[in-house]
Amino acid sequence: MKRVTFSHSPIPYLFVLPQIAIIAVFFLWPSAEAIRLSFFLEDPWGLSNEFVWFENYQTIFEDPEYVGTLIATLIFSLSVTFLSLGLAMLLAVQVDGLLRGGGTYRPLITWAYAIAPAVAGLVARFLFSPQIGPIYAWLNPEGQPPWFEPNLDSIDAWVVVTSGAVWRQVSVNFIYLLAGLQSIPRAVLEASRIDNPSGLGRFWSVTFPLLAPTLFFLMVINFSYAFFETFAIIDTVFPFGPPSGAASLVYKVYVDGFKGADLGGSSAQSVVLMLFVLALTVVQFRYLEKKIHY
Amino acid sequence: MRVFWKRHQLLNHLLLLLGVAFLALPLWLVFASSTHDPGTLIREGMQLGFGGKFQETYYGVLTEKKGFTEQVTAATMMLNSLILGLGFALGKIVVSMTAAYAIVYFRFPLGGALFWVIFTTLLLPLEVRIIPSYKVVADLGMLNSYSGLIIPLIASATGTFYFRQFFRSVPDELLEAAKLDGAGPWKFFIDILLPLSRTMMAALFIIMFVVGWNQYLWPLLMTTDESYNTIVLGIKSVMQNIDGNRLPEYNRGFALAILALVPPVCIVVFFQRWFIKGLLESDK
Repeated sequence: MKRVTFSHSPIPYLFVLPQIAIIAVFFLWPSAEAIRLSFFLEDPWGLSNEFVWFENYQTIFEDPEYVGTLIATLIFSLSVTFLSLGLAMLLAVQVDGLLRGGGTYRPLITWAYAIAPAVAGLVARFLFSPQIGPIYAWLNPEGQPPWFEPNLDSIDAWVVVTSGAVWRQVSVNFIYLLAGLQSIPRAVLEASRIDNPSGLGRFWSVTFPLLAPTLFFLMVINFSYAFFETFAIIDTVFPFGPPSGAASLVYKVYVDGFKGADLGGSSAQSVVLMLFVLALTVVQFRYLEKKIHY
Repeated sequence: MRVFWKRHQLLNHLLLLLGVAFLALPLWLVFASSTHDPGTLIREGMQLGFGGKFQETYYGVLTEKKGFTEQVTAATMMLNSLILGLGFALGKIVVSMTAAYAIVYFRFPLGGALFWVIFTTLLLPLEVRIIPSYKVVADLGMLNSYSGLIIPLIASATGTFYFRQFFRSVPDELLEAAKLDGAGPWKFFIDILLPLSRTMMAALFIIMFVVGWNQYLWPLLMTTDESYNTIVLGIKSVMQNIDGNRLPEYNRGFALAILALVPPVCIVVFFQRWFIKGLLESDK
């Protein structure tokens, strides 16, 4: 809100109207529907609807498959977050440390931001493809029984999905981390050079804490990317569904709701996801409020 | 030797070249393989070298209605992606700029409440409410239409916050001066704020175009009619059909992925400066 404002005009109402209308129809209404449906049990033909309180929630949390999916998704998201942040940090530190030529590397890494998750899925699938994939061929030398089978084994399947997800995400993290590194005042770095001659020690004791706000922000971004946007990767690597145990939570919402026509169960899963995102956001704001800026 | 190594920062360059190769090599393999014929790919796996079938494959994919789907060509799918990307980016800019203007420059009774309503959309991505969203769009008769494809995606308020930040950084004196000169809210918006926001709009446009072009889940639900398929979605049909074929046309599938990739990559590379500016300022 500005100190100086306009008053007594119909214009603000006209100007917020499009946004509010879109939000009401395509955000508030469906979100409310998800919550409402999660309390109903609908028979597969959609003929009857019974209010069942929290039965849908009870069902999903008693279902070992759902709990397994939940755990797998969390492990997957943590892996994607740390691997892609680690790789991006490595690259950003190198570019930041260059005296000359840093500008040439920037576009060579930045371009990868434009890779659609679905394209990343296609690339990962064929690199690991039993028919033509070079990585599959390298992992499973001829003449021996194959030990890496992403189409059959859920851990191998997660390896393929994680590779695609990390590969696509490095460049976003790189852009933010490089901007973060370059915003650290040179004077601080030069002072620390006198106190601590070891490059790696200096990184952990000076640079890393100064990057904390950026890193924290990126962790939230990456976690939510791994949770939600990787649907496209899973769905393109496994167009007929992943091997059992290799679905993510969002993938399961989609499969149960559309393929399985279990509206109540799928909605309950949606609501669980909503609560999860809410928690993530609250944590983010709590942390940001403490102002970890130096 | 050690000094030479250090002075020229060879370790930095080595690691960076490895990083660049890690990002680019997989796509090079896909591109190079798309220029071979399927027989070679089946016999020898993906290819590192350039084959001779570039023109044939890409011309075929762009103009023929076969191989992955029976109804659309890759050219049609790219057109759909273009419409989605442009519509999404433009829609988002118009809707979020006007809303941000109302929130920042006016004191009106519902202002605070509406701000919080807009804020909540940041909390819940479309993916968590796909099924009810699908039902709403179906009830409104918007399945298989460009508006059904684009408008629900605009509901998130990232753009509004981006412009709100920017408008708040515009000095108050500008508005005071404009008021003294007798400019009303409409004139101030059109003649002063819009020209000031040009770079911000360009930066957001680039990001949103790429985000819109790359959408997957929503177009997947929305477009049962193949003539509305986007090129990113075309990848799914490739994936579903490729293994069933007696002679899988990997080359055409790869060509489709390259076609899906090239436009957003070009935009990010050509407008790199604006793109990075927009990215860094929109999420904070």
